[in-house]
Amino acid sequence: MEEASFEPKIVGFLCRWCSYTGADLAGTSRVQYPSNVVAVRVMCSGRVDPTFVVKAFADGADGVLIAGCHPGDCHYLEGNYKAMRRVPMLKNLLSQFGIEPARLRLEWVSASEGEQFAALVKEFTEQVRALGPLRWEERVAALSESA
Amino acid sequence: MAKPKVAFYWCASCGGCEETVVDLAEDILKVVEAVDIALWPVALDFKLKDVETWQPGEVAVAFINGAVRLSEQHEWVRLLREKCPLVIAFGSCAHLGGIPGLANDTTREEILANKYHRSLTVDNPNRVEPRTACTVNGYELELPLFWKDVKPLDAVIDVDYYLPGCPPPTALVAQAVDAILKGALPPKGSVLAPEKSLCESCPLNETKPETLAIKEFKRVATSTPEPDRCYLAQGYVCMGPATRSGCGERCIHGNMPCRGCFGPTPGALDMGTKMLGALGTLGEADSDGTAMALAGTLADPIGTLYRFSLPASLLKRRCIEKEEAL
Repeated sequence: MEEASFEPKIVGFLCRWCSYTGADLAGTSRVQYPSNVVAVRVMCSGRVDPTFVVKAFADGADGVLIAGCHPGDCHYLEGNYKAMRRVPMLKNLLSQFGIEPARLRLEWVSASEGEQFAALVKEFTEQVRALGPLRWEERVAALSESA
Repeated sequence: MAKPKVAFYWCASCGGCEETVVDLAEDILKVVEAVDIALWPVALDFKLKDVETWQPGEVAVAFINGAVRLSEQHEWVRLLREKCPLVIAFGSCAHLGGIPGLANDTTREEILANKYHRSLTVDNPNRVEPRTACTVNGYELELPLFWKDVKPLDAVIDVDYYLPGCPPPTALVAQAVDAILKGALPPKGSVLAPEKSLCESCPLNETKPETLAIKEFKRVATSTPEPDRCYLAQGYVCMGPATRSGCGERCIHGNMPCRGCFGPTPGALDMGTKMLGALGTLGEADSDGTAMALAGTLADPIGTLYRFSLPASLLKRRCIEKEEAL
């Protein structure tokens, strides 16, 4: 794929209570933002098993966005703190595998922050675009014996 | 009735799995009473051509240990698969890649450079490296190809059952042999071990507090855990929550936090990320700064979280095409 025509594929895990509602608000307010993020509604950012993130990268995602309620606002009291603790560890792990930590982003988006959600998607899409395609499967294949 | 024949074979392994067969001690006599050993390179001399002469089905079971890294290993296991109706991946390396699988955290080029050139105890002015073919005094010599990566057994052949562990405990081996002899095996593809996590059978489970608040991850390399208190509660990365039980808690009794040799619990796609998820729950940090500091104390995430399972993980290996100069 030519770099010029590269459209990043980003999987967005959005918490059902705040961030997904925030994304909905961006939509109903007709805010324009890139369509690169494929939204997956989850019950809580704390429900995002790091396995989901790694599977997204292994299966062809160029970036992963996790968005949840602001600290202190979690519907389940502390789910977002779990995400907050997991993401830096996960970034270190990804980095050791050879995946740029900047391909993973954790942000807090409340239900009233439609504009902020749109701005975040725009900024993150450009960030991932600048990093280029991840092509994980292809890279693994190049460094593996085909048996 | 003739006794059923079994084969033992080893690939990229340390010999510990062979030891576990020897450790059956007098029970080995029961095994020998019940079966004939048709192949066991660690104890008896056999060549590939001996196996080639077997009729298909003549040898009922092949227990294969070790990961696959050489073209020769691939050739052997394909032949054993062709001849034996039942193939059992024996031990962590055959099951998930095991310790040799950690080589997927580097590249073949790096391994050869370290082994043949960079190592201080190596004197190799002609820069000799192993080749698959060469001529010496007019003789054509061959060596197996050293693959680019390490693979678990089921990445190269169809595997019927898995006996986990580094090495599998004798009790599980005896149980498996018994199940084979009685024809009482579970569905194909099963791991022949309990389905619960190690914490469920851990003798230190009672000392695990209701909530853990790990502020910093400790390493057994730099400090010694107290022997009678949950290792996670002390801040050590004990893989118990993400690891299948059945090992007999050998490490725990030896004052060593679980390293995960039994592999993931059923249904878990990836052992390392499952454990990472648990560590996020058990850690204590309530700001970006403290969360990053906590993450910083988790040394060598791949080596810690995938000590026995890197080649069987979702990401399979490290991919850094251009290594920075060392």
